[in-house]
Amino acid sequence: MKKQRIGTWSVIYSALIFAFLYAPIVVLIIFSFNESKSRGSWGGFSLKWYESLFRNSDIMDALYTTLSVAFIASLVAVVIGTAAAIGIYYSRKRFKSLMTNITYLPMLNPDIVTGISLLILFLFLGINLGYTSLLLAHITFDIPYVILSVMPKLNQLDKNLYEAALDLGATPLEAFFKVILPEISPGVFTGFILAFTMSIDDFVISFFTTGPGTSTLSVTIYSMARKGIKPEINALSTIMFVVILILLVVVNIRSAKDVKKDSHRGGGSFL
Amino acid sequence: MSKDLIRLESIEMSFGDKKVLNNINLLVKDKEFVTLLGPSGCGKTTTLRIIGGFETPISGSVYFDGKKINSVPAYKRRVNTVFQRYALFTHLNVYDNIAFGLRIRKMNEKQIEQNIKDMLSLVNLSGYENRAVSSLSGGEQQRIAIARALVNHPQVLLLDEPLGALDLKLRKEMQVELKKMQQSLGITFIYVTHDQEEALTMSDTIVVMNKGNIQQVGSPIDIYNEPSNAFVADFIGESNIISGIMREDFHVDFAGRHFECVDKGFEKDEDIDVVIRPEDLKIVPPDKAQMSGVVESSVFKGVHYEMVVEANGFKWLIHSTLSEAPGDTVGLYIAPFDIHIMHREAAE
Amino acid sequence: MKKAYLTALPYAVYACIFIVAPLILIVVYSFTSSGGEFTLEHFQRFFNFDNPAYMLVLWRSVRTAFVSTVICLLIGYPMAYILSKISARLRSILAFLFVLPMWMNFLLRTYAWMTLLEKTGIINTLLGAMGLPALNIMYTEWAVVLGNVYNFLPFMILPIYTSLTKMDQSLIEAAQDLGANRRGVFFKVTFPLSLPGVISGISMTFMPAVTTFIISRLLGGGQNALIGDIIENQFKVVGDWGFGSALSVILMVLILLSMNIMRRYEAENAEGGVLL
Repeated sequence: MKKQRIGTWSVIYSALIFAFLYAPIVVLIIFSFNESKSRGSWGGFSLKWYESLFRNSDIMDALYTTLSVAFIASLVAVVIGTAAAIGIYYSRKRFKSLMTNITYLPMLNPDIVTGISLLILFLFLGINLGYTSLLLAHITFDIPYVILSVMPKLNQLDKNLYEAALDLGATPLEAFFKVILPEISPGVFTGFILAFTMSIDDFVISFFTTGPGTSTLSVTIYSMARKGIKPEINALSTIMFVVILILLVVVNIRSAKDVKKDSHRGGGSFL
Repeated sequence: MSKDLIRLESIEMSFGDKKVLNNINLLVKDKEFVTLLGPSGCGKTTTLRIIGGFETPISGSVYFDGKKINSVPAYKRRVNTVFQRYALFTHLNVYDNIAFGLRIRKMNEKQIEQNIKDMLSLVNLSGYENRAVSSLSGGEQQRIAIARALVNHPQVLLLDEPLGALDLKLRKEMQVELKKMQQSLGITFIYVTHDQEEALTMSDTIVVMNKGNIQQVGSPIDIYNEPSNAFVADFIGESNIISGIMREDFHVDFAGRHFECVDKGFEKDEDIDVVIRPEDLKIVPPDKAQMSGVVESSVFKGVHYEMVVEANGFKWLIHSTLSEAPGDTVGLYIAPFDIHIMHREAAE
Repeated sequence: MKKAYLTALPYAVYACIFIVAPLILIVVYSFTSSGGEFTLEHFQRFFNFDNPAYMLVLWRSVRTAFVSTVICLLIGYPMAYILSKISARLRSILAFLFVLPMWMNFLLRTYAWMTLLEKTGIINTLLGAMGLPALNIMYTEWAVVLGNVYNFLPFMILPIYTSLTKMDQSLIEAAQDLGANRRGVFFKVTFPLSLPGVISGISMTFMPAVTTFIISRLLGGGQNALIGDIIENQFKVVGDWGFGSALSVILMVLILLSMNIMRRYEAENAEGGVLL
C-alpha cells in the first residue's frame, strides 16, 4: 500500500502541538535552575532551589510518605491483586463479570468521587484520617491496575499448564508456585510498577484521604501552589517529572515486549 | 499373559446439564496401545482426563492395577500425560522441563542428567538440553512433551490428540515413531484421536465412541472388517451402507435381490444394515454381474479411482484401479465374504 | 482448578468494603439531614429555581467542559490523523511521546501553565519584549478552558489514533477502487470508522473536565468555581456532607447518563471501542 508522505503543513502542525504539550514542562524545568526568583527573566544557572528543597522538612516528610505509601500499597496490591486475577480467571461467568465490573469501577469513576466516597467511609468507620487512611485508599485504587496487568498474562497461558504440573507430580500448591507464578511473573512485575507509578502520581484521592501531619508530595505542592508560585515547586516538579518519566518508559518497554507476542493490540504500546 | 491395568466401571459424567459419558466400561491391558476414537464431543478426551485424574466422574469407579483410584488426585497417579498443545513450561528450558517431574520426586541431579540424556536420544533430540522452548518447532516441542512425560517411567502414557497441530508428513512419521516407542518401552499407551486412519495405523485395540457411548471395541482389522453398527461402519473408512433383511443364516436380501453371505446368528427376517467397502465392489462383465448400473462419476484420487455407480436403486461408492467412463453401463459383483451384516441401530 | 476462584475472595471482600460500600454511603448521606433523618433538602437546595446558584455552577462546569472537549476534538483529530499516516516504526515512538504527558502528574502540568500565564510570567515577558500588550487570562474562564485542553488533549488523541491505526486498510482501498478521491475516502470511510475512537476520546475528556477542581482552582481562582470546587469545598471547608454528597450523586448521575449515551452511540457503530 502506498504510504502517503507527510506534507510540510503536517510537520508544522505536529511541531506546534508538540510544543504546546511540552513547552510548559520544559519552561518549568528550565526555571527550576533559575538563579532569580522571577518567573519572567533568567538570572543565571543555580541549584539553590534544589538545595532549599532538600532542607525543607515538610517536603522531605512528604517525600518519605509518598514513597513509603506507594511502595507498601503496591506490594499489598500485588498480593491481593494477583490472587484476585487468578481467582477471576478460573471462576464461572457470572462471578467473573461481576468481579470485572467492580474492578473497573475505581478506574472509571472520577477521582473526586472515589476520593470523597473513601473519605466518607473512613469517617463512617471511625478511622482517623492520616497515614492509615491514605494507605488504604492507595491500595484500593492500585489493585485494579495490578489485576489489569496480570489478566492478559493469565489469558495467554496454555490452558493445560497447571494440569501438566499436576500430571508430573506437583501438588496444587507446588504447581502454583513453580509453574503458574513464574509464567505470569512479567505481568505481576508490570502491575507492581504501574501501581507504584499511579500511587506516586495521585493527587485527588490522596487529597481527600490524608489527614493533619500526613501529606504526599502532590498534596504538598498543591497547598504551596495555592499560595502562589514558589521556585522550590519548580525544582520538585522537575524531579517528579523525571522519576515518573523513567517509570513509564520502563513499563512501556516491558509491555512492548509482551505486545510482540500478543497480536490483538495494534499501533504501539501499552498506553 | 498381560494383566488388566486400567478398568473403568460404569463411568457416568456430566458437565452441568450436559451428559457427556454414559455407562462407560473399559478394560485396558498392560503394554497395550489403545486408541479412543470418535468425532468431536464423543467423550473420548473426557474419558482420558478421568483416567488421568483431571476430572472426577459423577458415578462409577476407576481401577488401576486392581486398586480403586477415584479419590487419588492427579499428582499421585502413576500415569503421565502428553497434552494437545504440549503445555511446555516456557519459563524453563528443555532440560528443566524434562527434569520437572524428577525434581519433584527429589531424584539426585546426577541421575536426572543421565535420565534426560537417555530420554532426549529416545526422541531423537540429543543435545537440545539448553534450548529455549520458544525456539523449538512444533514437532520438536511435541517430542519434548513426550520426553517430559516418559522420563518419569509411568506405567501408562495418556496422549490427547498430540499430533493434531503437525503437518501431514510429520504426523505420519510421528505415528510410526510413537508406535515403536511404545513397543520398545513396553508400557501402555492410551491415545485419543478423531483421525480413524491414525487409529488404524498405531493401535492394538480401538475403542470407537460416539455421543458418550462406546460403540465398539476391537482390533483395527476387526473394526474395519466387522463394524458392529452403522456409525462405526461409517466412521471407519468409507463404506456403502444399505438396509436389508436377513432371511436366514448366510442369506440376505438387499438392493432388490438375494445375496449369499458368511454371517449368521441373526433372527429370521430380521431388519439389518449391510456394509460393503468400496474396494470390495468389483466391476465385472455383465454375465458375471449380480447388479448392473450406470456410472455417474469417476474421480482420480491418485491411489485409485473413486466412482459412483447407480444400480438397483442405490448409489454405490466404488474404489478401483481401473476407470469407467461416466454414462457407461457396468456390472457389479460382491463376494459373499465382503458382505458384512450389522444389527439395525434404533434411531437416536 | 475448580476452587481457585476462592483466591479472589480477599479482593471481593476488600472491594465490597472500599469500593462498593463507600458509593452506597454517598447516596445514603445525600438523603440524610444533619439531624440524621431522611430528607430531600440537599437535593432541593440544588434544584432551587428561585436561587439557582448551584445549578448555574453545574451548568458552567458542563459548558466549560463542553467547550474544552470541542476544542480538543478540533485540534486532536488532525493530530491523530497525521500520526496514523506515519510509518509504523516511527509511529510508536511518536505516539508514545504525544501521549506521555497524559501520564504525567495532572497537578504539575496545570501548575506549569500557571507559571506561563501569570502576570509576570514568561508569556507576558515575551509579549512585552515584542511590544505587545500583556495577556491577562489568568483567573478567567478561558484559563480554565486552556488548562482543560492542555491536560486532556492527549486523552483525545490516543483513542482516535488507535482507532485510525487499527482500521482495516482494505476498506479504504475498496473505496478508492470504487472511485472516491482523497476527500471522499476521508469523509465517507475513514471518519465514520474512526468514530468509536472519537467517542472514547470525548468520554475521556468530557467526564474529567466536568469533575475537575484542580484546574479551576489553580487557574480559575475563586470566581470561577466549578462543581468540583463546590463539592470539595463542602467536604473540606464547610463540612456539609449531606449537601456535598447530594452534589456528588448528581454529578455521578450526570456522568452515568453521558456514558450511557456514548455507549449507545458506540453500539450503533458496530466496531469495538478503544478505551484502555
